Amino acid sequence: MSVLARYRSLTESGVLGLNKRNGDYIMRFNPRRLYPLVDDKLQTKQLAIKAGIAVPALYGVIETQHDIRELGTMVAGHREFVLKPAHGSSGDGIIVIAGRSGTRYRTINGTLLDTEFLNHHLSNAISGQFSLGGIQDTVIVEAMVHFSPHFESLSFEGVPDVRVIVFRGIPVMAMVRLPTRQSHGKANLHQGAVGAGIDIATGTTLGGVMSGEVIDTHPDTGVVIAGLTIPEWDTMLDISARCYELTGMGYIGVDIVLDRDLGPLVLELNARPGLAIQIANQQGLLRRLEICEELANFDAPPAERIAFAKQHFAHPVGPVISPAEMEGQIG
Amino acid sequence: MRNRQLYILASLLAVAGLSIFLFKYQTLGFPVRADAETQVWNVEAAVNFEPGPASVKVTLQIPSLTPGFTLLDESFVSRGFGLSTHNTTNGREAQWAVREADGPQTVYYRALVYRDPAKATEDSTPPFPEIPEFDEPSRIAVDGLIAEVRRQSADVASFTSELLRHIDNAGSDQYVRLFLSATSSPNAKAQFATRVLAAAQVPARVSHGVYLKEETAAARTVPLLEVHDGVEWLYFDPVTRAQGWPQDFLVWWRGNGPIADVDGGVDVDVSLAVQRSVLNSLEVAERRMDSMGSQAFDFSLFSLPITTQAVYSVLVMIPIGALVIVLLRNFVGIKTFGTFMPVLVALAFRETRLLWGIVLFAVIVALGLLIRFYLERLRLLLVPRLTCVLTVVVILMAGISVLSQRLDIQPGLSIALFPMVIISMTIERMSIVWEERGASEALQEGIGSLVVAALTYVVMGIPWLSHLIFVFPELLLVVLAVTLLTGRYTGYRLLELKRFRSFAKPANPAGSPP
Repeated sequence: MSVLARYRSLTESGVLGLNKRNGDYIMRFNPRRLYPLVDDKLQTKQLAIKAGIAVPALYGVIETQHDIRELGTMVAGHREFVLKPAHGSSGDGIIVIAGRSGTRYRTINGTLLDTEFLNHHLSNAISGQFSLGGIQDTVIVEAMVHFSPHFESLSFEGVPDVRVIVFRGIPVMAMVRLPTRQSHGKANLHQGAVGAGIDIATGTTLGGVMSGEVIDTHPDTGVVIAGLTIPEWDTMLDISARCYELTGMGYIGVDIVLDRDLGPLVLELNARPGLAIQIANQQGLLRRLEICEELANFDAPPAERIAFAKQHFAHPVGPVISPAEMEGQIG
Repeated sequence: MRNRQLYILASLLAVAGLSIFLFKYQTLGFPVRADAETQVWNVEAAVNFEPGPASVKVTLQIPSLTPGFTLLDESFVSRGFGLSTHNTTNGREAQWAVREADGPQTVYYRALVYRDPAKATEDSTPPFPEIPEFDEPSRIAVDGLIAEVRRQSADVASFTSELLRHIDNAGSDQYVRLFLSATSSPNAKAQFATRVLAAAQVPARVSHGVYLKEETAAARTVPLLEVHDGVEWLYFDPVTRAQGWPQDFLVWWRGNGPIADVDGGVDVDVSLAVQRSVLNSLEVAERRMDSMGSQAFDFSLFSLPITTQAVYSVLVMIPIGALVIVLLRNFVGIKTFGTFMPVLVALAFRETRLLWGIVLFAVIVALGLLIRFYLERLRLLLVPRLTCVLTVVVILMAGISVLSQRLDIQPGLSIALFPMVIISMTIERMSIVWEERGASEALQEGIGSLVVAALTYVVMGIPWLSHLIFVFPELLLVVLAVTLLTGRYTGYRLLELKRFRSFAKPANPAGSPP
């Protein structure tokens, strides 16, 4: 297929490209001054707690090299915890501790880490090794998510999470990211996790993609991906829609995990959500964004915005047909 | 709205840049090609004479108004004479004077001219001439001649050519033979024509010049009759009677006087020589600015000291390199380490040449990565670790230089120009990507950076492009305009066509479930 034909077919499918995402959505709807709210996961977390949106419990914050020594006291009462750089991107620098073995910490994959290693890691993180642009960072110490067995058959190690793109308060597209052996248990599509689109209206999964290729079954567990119902889907839609009021950002990705006991928890917000979600859904984002801009009332309360999303974004979403074109088809 | 502002700004910048460019190219004659040469002529007049016992004054008519040619440079050579130049009603003259001179003397005037089609025959409209005085029989003859010529002509042009035809038949024409014979010189014929034309109230003059066709050691001056028809000057060759400006004709002086006049000398002989040569066009432009007293050169990059010029000849190409990066990143979608790292690496390639540059870059980064992986095990803090990598990079560069000197590999020495801080940062970023995202992604981005650097190097090294930007730095405004426009390109990137290939199936308007 020629370059031009490909270009045209992407346009027809309403696929959102990086240039358009940056120029027409992120720049227009994500004011620069609000970035710290989402780039700093600590601020996001504190805002969410204030707004009553469920997040993993905060055990403590490590801000200086001196604080590293306090880690022991911070997690004294907790067998499991997560260390997460506040400015980390795409899961870099996160360590999940699932238990202890003598003086050493055991990670979720069973590796034993001594205090010295952990201290070095924390000190690197504070120096900004994992942050964008290498700026000084802080490390969040928070509760580990006990992920719901619901996805057990669909993930290899790691925690699957749900990503919802929220455009000015309206959830426009969603997917669930399933860790694989190739992604080393990380729910990151770049690293080889499986992405499966979610029908916004029903909360059932569509087909999956891995490394840009459409797949039917999970590569490690062999379970069929499509047709699975996401539990507490309405709650997920509700908290993602409310994340708009939380930050004021018009174009964000909300990352949600499902906890066995606590239900959906917001892990983090992303001011530059990736475009792979389109491949997972086999649907273009641009078309949905255009539907919103044409028809939606962005000032409506979250429940109304969700109703709008469910009405318009039931899978599959067809091309936008202008009244003139419709007339032409009838005539 | 914002887009319209952008388009207006971009077009203003482009128009500004292009008009300065065109002005400099067309009017000031800056060359668009580095090897452009301009043909120039060296025209030399030598006045030889035998001085008398008293003071000597030599007056030489020199070129002033020269349609079709521009005077680039002139020089006056003499031995012990005082020199002055004046503007006269007919043009310009040079005057050499000396109180006492012994033996045969020669004074020289030398002019460097080049063809300049833009140099029009600008001149003011002359007043109506005074009717020249003739004695009675001559006046009757002239009146008769004018009456007859006027009868056979319709306007100034045809009047002049008819008059010239009569003059040409000097031997047989009943009026003209009173004044001229068949053997009269073209000069005499032209001067007689101006007198008759003056009597008919038509402004006319004779200009004298040389043809710059080929090199001649002894060029002859040729008269040309210039007649004003009330609107513009018309030109006639008094011999062939052809009308129009002759090609390659350099006007030397105007008027009925001789080219040179020596007061206090005898045996005056004026010889003209024409010599053709070529000059670098840039040099011609520069000398021309000088002679015009124009400031264009003083405010160009050429006014800088030569070492600073060398720096700027590189600097002005950086925006071009950055534009290449913009195209490769936003239109193609290649990932690189650091936004402008490839430009700096490309600058380093200028010294090492492409192949060696790539080899050396790969060697340094590979060795640096090895060291960096080892440092990771020592658990150093970030800034000290970066400093260690930087130090190691410098040591590696020095080592490679010394080694290549021993092995007599010249390009190895130029590694000293590699941007080491940038390379250290690249190593650091690459090792993090390596650990977090895997080797393939790290190598992919590393190779991407190298490819972009190589392409940038190639574009920045295009000789005509770097010449163009250096001579016409205002073209950077055009580059700026283009960059502004690319900043609003929101279409797909080339690599996105591949990334979203699963969408690229035959159009399916209803959108079926996958």
